[in-house]
Amino acid sequence: MSGTPRTRGGAGVDGAATPPGDRMVVVEELTRRFGAFTAVDRVSFDVGRGEVFGFLGPNGAGKTTTIKMLTALLRPTSGRATVAGFDLAREPEEIKRHIGYMSQLFSLYGDLTVAENIAFFAGIYGVPRGRRAERRDWVLEMAGLKDHGDRLTSELSLGWKQRLALGTAVLHEPPILFLDEPTSGVDPISRRAFWDLIYTLAARGTTVFVSTHYMEEAEYCNRLALMSRGRIIALDRPAGLRAAMPAPLIEIATDSGPRAVELLERAEGVIEAGLFGRAVHVTVRDADRARAELPRLLASAGIAVRGLEVVEPSLEDVFVALVHLADGGTAA
Amino acid sequence: MTALDPVRLLAVARKEVLQLRRDTRSLILAFALPVTLLVFFGYAISWDVNDIRMAVVDQDHGQRARELTDAFRGSGRFLIVARPEGTADIGRLLDRGAVRIVIVIPPTFGRDLGTGRTAAVQAIVDGSDANTATIALGFTQAIVQQFSARVLFQTRRVRLPITSATRIWYNEELASRNMIVPGLVAVIMMIIAGLLTSLTIAREWERGTMEQLAATPVSRLEVVLGKLLPYLAIGLVDVALCSLLGVFLFHVPFRGSVLYLAGTSFAFLAGTLGLGLVISAVARNQLLATQMGMIATFLPGFLLSGFMFPIDNMPLVLRLITYLVPARYFLVVTRGVFLKGVGPEVLWPQGLLMILYAVVGLGLAARAFRKELT
Repeated sequence: MSGTPRTRGGAGVDGAATPPGDRMVVVEELTRRFGAFTAVDRVSFDVGRGEVFGFLGPNGAGKTTTIKMLTALLRPTSGRATVAGFDLAREPEEIKRHIGYMSQLFSLYGDLTVAENIAFFAGIYGVPRGRRAERRDWVLEMAGLKDHGDRLTSELSLGWKQRLALGTAVLHEPPILFLDEPTSGVDPISRRAFWDLIYTLAARGTTVFVSTHYMEEAEYCNRLALMSRGRIIALDRPAGLRAAMPAPLIEIATDSGPRAVELLERAEGVIEAGLFGRAVHVTVRDADRARAELPRLLASAGIAVRGLEVVEPSLEDVFVALVHLADGGTAA
Repeated sequence: MTALDPVRLLAVARKEVLQLRRDTRSLILAFALPVTLLVFFGYAISWDVNDIRMAVVDQDHGQRARELTDAFRGSGRFLIVARPEGTADIGRLLDRGAVRIVIVIPPTFGRDLGTGRTAAVQAIVDGSDANTATIALGFTQAIVQQFSARVLFQTRRVRLPITSATRIWYNEELASRNMIVPGLVAVIMMIIAGLLTSLTIAREWERGTMEQLAATPVSRLEVVLGKLLPYLAIGLVDVALCSLLGVFLFHVPFRGSVLYLAGTSFAFLAGTLGLGLVISAVARNQLLATQMGMIATFLPGFLLSGFMFPIDNMPLVLRLITYLVPARYFLVVTRGVFLKGVGPEVLWPQGLLMILYAVVGLGLAARAFRKELT
């Protein structure tokens, strides 16, 4: 692929390096194929202790497949990885002992009560008998379910279910936690509460590996890997990613957004055009030329432009531009 | 690496019990179905041949002919439902299935007996149901022979040189019910045990809970045995319920050791529940698992266990397949314990084979159940 941007994958980009002894996840060239389809394509990265490491990408980008490999649920086709210091190929059961995992779909027992679910997983994870009551109360407290221990889990709202699932995943206080799109379908307030919990855990030294397709959640991560079509197309802190925007971004205020996008996509000097709220975001090769030419182009098509300025890109802009470039679009 | 940690094993078993307690459908399947099946089949199935419908064509109208007719009526085996005057109607009666056997007493019957000649009686049998026909012919011959002996004694004071003194062991009344009910216990328990566990792993795959479980340190053996324990207890209760029904409702004698029945039930149930778990692990969805469970338990249970048809009479291929049917062994045990009162001294091969079946079945279940997603 000729259009691949400067490689941001691999360990230790832009001062985000992790000392070797503190690397909780080390992934080298991890690949998973399903028949002819390559779901995850030679992915490499490190995650440091206490980091909140985000996996961002659209559905089908390979986030879930990567997480399932790292939790030893799915065997890699090739490549190597260690999780919490254990080798994925040789010590999958050790890995399972040292991680917490929360899958994309709610997967606690709906026909057990909240307390019964907690008790079950405490038994499965071998939480010492003397600590069980304390851990149960801790989970009930953090999930906000203190007065609902006897309720059937299936009756809980989705937000509560997710917090309970998070609680059961850390019952045994694992050093690393894998969360696969933990907040999908949850209302914004519950989502915020959920992220507060993630921060609480990270502050206590838990490494959190989280995938999401919500851009605003990506901003909460210490470091972020952007995934598209099975490959990591960028990996950096959110600020670093924004700074690495491959081309200038122009925001155009107009009332005929959809028509403007259609026109701009085919215009010379434009890499990518898309709606952003009520405005249009356009990545261009040359900001000065675009500032001069685009209003004229739109005016000739009868589209009124109310404003035009070069703006700081959001993560979504960065993501869209990087995916475009990775797919073979023309770079600046 | 397959670990077996008692804490994790008990956690799985306790969870399974909690789920079972809240699942009415499974509870009905576990407790109501075996009892219903036993009562239903216990009353419906009978191999006793009584009251065979019969026509008598008496062309003689004499004293001896009447006595012979009475002998048939008095035997309790035949029900005389037609007495046509001539032989013309015989074909129609048999065609319609109105009677299964026709006895024709010729006009010369009384005269021949009186003059010491051998008198002939004709018996025409509907052979379409070969089993009933054979039994009807046997009864007919016995009755005619007995009648001959009586005539011989009355007219010439001669006794038959040989008589057989028969004594029937184990099932003195020759009631097929005594054979059927203990067999049913084995067949029904094979079906129930297979169905009970066939859902349990498939359900977890379907609901996504298996994925969560697979990401924990719980081992395959712990899941399989943990799921097995509650159903094993249910199965033992079922065997006890069915046995009590057999004794008190169907009045089947129970002569053997309760302990040996309990011990072999344990091995039998472990193996059959294991078979259900294998199905469940392979199917990974409840509908397919139920269908596979039905096919694997219902037909083999009834047809290949020796319950309906003696295994000795089967062609070699089928006979080899019967070794895979766990009810084959358990059936011999239930019949032996109920009717013959025998125990391990006679039934040890069956007991050993069931233990072997259980070990292999559970091993297969642990192997078939993979913690990995596909």
